[in-house]
Parts: sequence; C-alpha cells; structure tokens
Amino acid sequence: MTLVTLLNRMPGDVAIGIIWGIMALGVYLTFRILNFADLTVDGSFATGGAVAVVLITGGVPVPVAMAAAFAAGVLAGLCTGIFHTLLGIPDILSGILMQLALYSINVFILGGANKAIGVGKYNLCVSMLKVTPSIVVALLISGALIAVMYWYFGTAQGSAIRATGNNPAMSRAQGINIGLMKVIALALSNGMVALSGSMMAQLNGYTDVGMGRGAIVIGLAAVIIGEVLCHAIFRKNSGFLLRLIFVIVGGIIYYMVMGFISWLRVPTDGLKLFTALIVAAFLAVPYLKGKANSSFRKAGRRGANRE
Amino acid sequence: MIEVKNIYKTFNPGTINEKKALNGVDLTLEDGDFVTVIGGNGAGKSTLLNAIAGVWPVDEGSIYFDDVNVTGLCEYRRAKYLGRVFQDPMTGTAADMQIDENLALAARRGKRRLWGWGITASEREKYREMLRELDLGLEDRMSAKVGLLSGGQRQALTLLMATLVKPKMLLLDEHTAALDPKTAAKVLATTDRIVEEHHLTTMMVTHNMRDAIAHGNRLIMMDEGRIIVDIRGEEKKRLTIEDLLHKFEEVSGEEFANDQAILSK
Repeated sequence: MTLVTLLNRMPGDVAIGIIWGIMALGVYLTFRILNFADLTVDGSFATGGAVAVVLITGGVPVPVAMAAAFAAGVLAGLCTGIFHTLLGIPDILSGILMQLALYSINVFILGGANKAIGVGKYNLCVSMLKVTPSIVVALLISGALIAVMYWYFGTAQGSAIRATGNNPAMSRAQGINIGLMKVIALALSNGMVALSGSMMAQLNGYTDVGMGRGAIVIGLAAVIIGEVLCHAIFRKNSGFLLRLIFVIVGGIIYYMVMGFISWLRVPTDGLKLFTALIVAAFLAVPYLKGKANSSFRKAGRRGANRE
Repeated sequence: MIEVKNIYKTFNPGTINEKKALNGVDLTLEDGDFVTVIGGNGAGKSTLLNAIAGVWPVDEGSIYFDDVNVTGLCEYRRAKYLGRVFQDPMTGTAADMQIDENLALAARRGKRRLWGWGITASEREKYREMLRELDLGLEDRMSAKVGLLSGGQRQALTLLMATLVKPKMLLLDEHTAALDPKTAAKVLATTDRIVEEHHLTTMMVTHNMRDAIAHGNRLIMMDEGRIIVDIRGEEKKRLTIEDLLHKFEEVSGEEFANDQAILSK
C-alpha cells in the first residue's frame, strides 16, 4: 500500500475513467437533454461488451465489432423507446423492463455468463497491456463523439430533441413528434453506452453479463461531478461543448477516486455502496443549498429576533 | 376558411365525472375573421380551442382548415396549420433554450426536422428585427435563456413564435389572463398589430368582457358546450357589456353568474 502502487495504477484508472466517461455521455443525453432517467444502460453496456467479444473472438475486425456493438445498443434503446411511447409504459419502468430483458439476451449472445478475448491474439483498440496508447485512443474516440454530439444538437433535429426534453407541450404545439424524438434520443444514447461497453471489454480482455450493473449510477456520478467542476471553473461561461468535455473529465475523476479508495484497501465489495453515497451527496447538494438560502428555520429565527 | 361542423366531446364518459364539454358546436370562420370567445367557467371555451388544436380526438363531427379535413390529425401534425398561445406563459416556450433558439424552433413548424442547422446567422438577423418591433429590449438579449424573461415578455415571444410561419388560424387561450393589467394591455396591443399585419384568422378565448368587445370583428358566447350568441360586423362594433349580459340572460334563461366576468367589467 505504498504511494508507488497508487501512482502505478493511475494510468490504468484514467483509461477506465475515460471509457466510463463515454458511457456517461450517453447518460447525459437522456438524463440531462431528454429529461428521461433511462435505466436501460445497465443492460446495454453489457450488451456492447458481449457483442464485441463474441464478434472479435469470431474473427471479425475490431472496428466492425465495435460498430455492431453500437448498433446493438441502438436496438436496445429503440425497444425502451417503443415501450415508453407506443405502449405507454412510464419512463423508469420502460428502462427497468429492458434492462431485465437484456440480461437474458446478453447471456444468449455470450453463450454464458462471461468470456475472455485472448488479448495477444487480436488487434484491440484499447488494452490494459498498452495503457498509454489506450488512453490516447480512448481520448480520440471521446473527442470524436463530443464533436458529433455538439454538431447534432445544433441541427434542427437535435434542437427538437432538446425542446422535447425541456417542454413537451410547447414541442407538440410547434409540430414536433415528441414520441419519435424520445425514441431517437434513447437509441443514440444506448448506442454510445454499448460502444463504451465494447471498449471496456477490450480494455479488460474479457466481458461479463454483470459488467453493466450500476452503470447508470456511475454515469450519473460522472455527469454530476463534471457539472459541478465545470460550473466551479467556468461559472456562467460553461457552454454546451464545455459541459460535454467535463462529462469525460467527470468519468476520469470518478474512477481515480475509486482507484484511491481501493488503494486504501477498502473491500471492493464496498465500492458500489460508496458510489451510491457519492451520487446521492452530489444530487442532494443543489437542493440543500437552495434550502439553506431560504429555510423556514432561518426565517423563524429572524422573525424571533425581531420581537 | 375554418369550418367546425357539429362537434361533440364528452370527458370521462360513463363515469360519475362524466362531462359533456361540447354539445354540437357549428362555427365557420372566414379568412381574416378575428373572433373573441366568452362564457362562464366550464362553458366549453377552452375545450373548443383544444378540439381545433387536436389535443384529443373529438367524439363526433369534423373540422376543416380550408379544404383539408384535419379531424383525424393528431396535435403535432395539425400544428403545421396553427399558431397557439396558452394561458400559462410557461407553456408556450422552452425555458432552458435561448430566445433565438425558440424562434428557430417555431420557424421550422410544419417542416421536416433533419440535419440542417437548427438556426442560421441570417435567421438571427431576421429575428433581431422582429424582436425590435416588440419593443421589449429582447433584440439585445437573443442568447439569453427564455426562463429569465417575465410572463409578459414570454407571451409576446410566444405570439411571435406562433405567427413566424403564417398559420391558417391563430388560437389564443386566455393568453393575457395570467398577466397584470398593464402588461395584459400591452400584449393585447401586440396581438392586434400582428393579427392585422398578417391578416390572420384568429380565435381568442377571454374571461374579460371588455377585451372581448374591444378586439376582433366577431364575438361568440358559449354556454354548456354550445354557442349561444354570435355577433358580428356593425352590431359587434356597437356592443356594450350591458347588451352582452342581457343577451346571456335572454338566451340561457339565467343570470350571468361568473364572478370573474362581472368583476372584469
């Protein structure tokens, strides 16, 4: 438990953090832009890993396997969207149903609960055996995704998705098919989540159907840590592009904190508990801050003092 | 021409809360007609507006915009033909989006929303000119979030958005009811200017009898889901509040017992 071991594990943590950050970009799309807490991601993250591992070990070129993982995520998001828009199932429940369904689907795809890639045999895009190049590749991929997202949400369709998340009644009155917009956003979001899952599987050299458990919370953690930091540094100048970049930064910080904690020999089984507490704390801070600024208790005290 | 033919709507049919909201409404508006709609609470004013807007399907009857039968079109498909301003200033705009972005969303009403830019530089210049005409200082704050605007500013912006693509019909659902009297008067003046400028067929629901008389070229009064009074032309110009109250009693056989309507004389 020396400082050297902490420093040694840091580059690997950064690589993992960037990949979680890519997943968090997908979470940002649904949670912040569409205003839809999509729990599908726990399943679609593992789907991405499963599809990629099965295809890569089957001899399919890595980029094609990653594209297929993205497509599988798109399909998963499509299903969640259809549950919600065409069948009228509430948003959270649609995600939970799809997450459960994906567990079985992922086992079918993998043909078991987990599968290794055989790292030396394939030309993987990221791998723990080559940490520094992996960080560069992961950064390039996240940069490309951020650029595409920045462009897309400036288009007429992207603006319509933002309007749908912001004010559905207004969107309908302006002729926006809000059901379609939700389905598109869910599909794109889960596509990105699955892409991230395919990278995580390559980085680790294996995949597991339980790989995505808690992904939504990790995604939220990255989104929220990024937002808090972005606001602290840039105040009101934090535009859309900066906020997207800070989602990745949030992912890196989240995983470095996790690395630090496991360096402290906190049992790994306790990490999910810790993650949940961090996210709860960050979600609660804005609310509590508002309460602190105007609370009945303070008003009562002020009123009492004046008597 | 807008034609509403014998429409019926019952909410919660077969339950204890059953409410016959529209009972055979017939209405034909000529191009450029500006009709004000008054009536007590639950008379069916807003229901008629929502039926035209397609918020839900009607039970019976049909609705035509010119030669297009829109009865079977859902709300977002019908939006192509309609400009709408709501009672709640929060409803008509996207609070977390910029002023210019809201206008750009409205400019694409009825068009396919694909991968062209959501807003262009030349559009921005056009919007700046339009906002200047509103005279609210919004032209210098185009990249401000709409959530920062006051209720009156938001309603004026919603009006602009509703008429950016010329609609076959402008629907105003008590759009000044949530504003203070001074702001309400200003938004109404803006409404008159825009309706006149674009020669818009307009339907304005209001609780305020004075506004209903002062604006538009035609006035209808509703009661129990039916149109009970329809006044236009010269007769509308000479109309007074006393006439209206008298007419209401004559047709419905009861006193016009609506606090808001009486208080807002």
